[in-house]
Amino acid sequence: MNWSTLLIPVIQAAILVNVMLIAAAYMVLAERKVAAWIQNRIGPNRVGPWGLFQSFADVFKLYLKEDIVPAAADRTFHAMAPVISIAVAITAYAIIPWMDSVTIDGVSYSLSMAPNMDVALLVVLAMTSVGVYGIALAGWSSNNKYSLMGGLRSTAQMISYELSMGLSAVGVLMICGSLNLVDIIRYQMEHGWNVFYQPLAFIIFLVTALAETNRAPFDLPEAEPELVGGYHTEYASMKFGLLYLAEYANILASSAIMAVLFLGGWDLIPFVDEIALLGLVPNSLPAVLLGHAALAGKAALLVFVFIWIRWSLPRFRYDQLMNLGWKVLLPLSLANIAITGIVLLLLN
Amino acid sequence: MANVKTNTEAQRMTFWERIYLPEIARGLGLTLKQMFKPKFTRQYPEERWEPEGSYRGRPVLVLEEDGERCVACGLCSRVCPALAIEVRAAETDRDKERYPEKFEINMLRCIYCGFCEEVCPEEAIVMSKDYELVFGSQEEGILGKDRLLIPVAQLQDRLEFLRQWR
Repeated sequence: MNWSTLLIPVIQAAILVNVMLIAAAYMVLAERKVAAWIQNRIGPNRVGPWGLFQSFADVFKLYLKEDIVPAAADRTFHAMAPVISIAVAITAYAIIPWMDSVTIDGVSYSLSMAPNMDVALLVVLAMTSVGVYGIALAGWSSNNKYSLMGGLRSTAQMISYELSMGLSAVGVLMICGSLNLVDIIRYQMEHGWNVFYQPLAFIIFLVTALAETNRAPFDLPEAEPELVGGYHTEYASMKFGLLYLAEYANILASSAIMAVLFLGGWDLIPFVDEIALLGLVPNSLPAVLLGHAALAGKAALLVFVFIWIRWSLPRFRYDQLMNLGWKVLLPLSLANIAITGIVLLLLN
Repeated sequence: MANVKTNTEAQRMTFWERIYLPEIARGLGLTLKQMFKPKFTRQYPEERWEPEGSYRGRPVLVLEEDGERCVACGLCSRVCPALAIEVRAAETDRDKERYPEKFEINMLRCIYCGFCEEVCPEEAIVMSKDYELVFGSQEEGILGKDRLLIPVAQLQDRLEFLRQWR
């Protein structure tokens, strides 16, 4: 074992974590800006040009805040919950194939930490479900009614919705025949994006992703009017910051996974082989960067959709949430699998 | 209750309304349209709001070329519901014979009701357009004559407004 085998993953991890944190910080700014525009306001514009450094000012403020732990809280778990949340969120980033491997002089480099994992999709789904531990623990360890209710709601919500989420992804697996995210992207580059073959699955996945990331209209775990702040009521300072950051990191991860599963990943234009059209060599630096830009653009667009939905739709009631999850989305995703199976059988 | 006809919102909905998605799309379209409309925000320290004459800001004393209008009758102090005004009268050789030796308005008590202005027989105390009231300490919030006397030229809008309604 030489140094490079150890050093390269460390560099990769450093890049990924930093890019993720900065992306999450800018998503907070984007959230505030889009919210402001929808409400005919301007939004933060004082810190730096167009308010570009607002998020850093916010994080700096959080660092300077006093870290308050309730006297009756379980200190160990109270401190652990935000760490679990953010760690799980970051783990998902290691699996997402952000860009194809670059071949320079016969040596292949890749930014993805685990580029060709055969069970990548399962790991991603597992990681998003583990994220619930952070929230549930945060709610329970705070020893506060509101926090506990938020944590409980979140648990119930995630269990209900990750079922439909997993099942809606099955349609994609049946078409592509692989759990490997890179294979799924390659299939879509050849045959066109999955969203054209699986529109229902895409809508179900989008709705469940909103629920999994606790975003409006499914943000019951932190419903302000009823639960004060939900599971992060008793968090202050950077612990709160970590929970907040994990939320946004999860949104970006979900968006990227949706872009990979349904919107063709690195593919810029559906049904067109634009890399050959532009005369680029596959796995050369410009081709890979183009693919990365396409994926990042789609993920950013989906993040905008997340924000846009938040500032458009009112929150669900708890029984409506459960009805939608179990009586609508679950049967629909099962029907989607059945129909996909029949069509695939007939085509073969 | 068997023969009672029900006509609920859920029953009146058409199929497309019942699957929600088109209505959600319409809602999203509405918010997207709002994003490109002109903004209402006023960039406060740079863009200041200029109130009309009808605005009731900080009460001030009118200062004419030959001195203040106030004759220290004490009616404003008497009528003030928040007990914010303190007047101490003194005699002078001028035509009006009396002037306020001390005139203090406690801006921490003032509720901007404008009663002092209504009751004043000399039109000597009026509500100004000044709405930027910041004090570093409680003592600073008690304004004496030095900060209350404002030249009459600056108060024309308010005086005109008052004449309109009297």
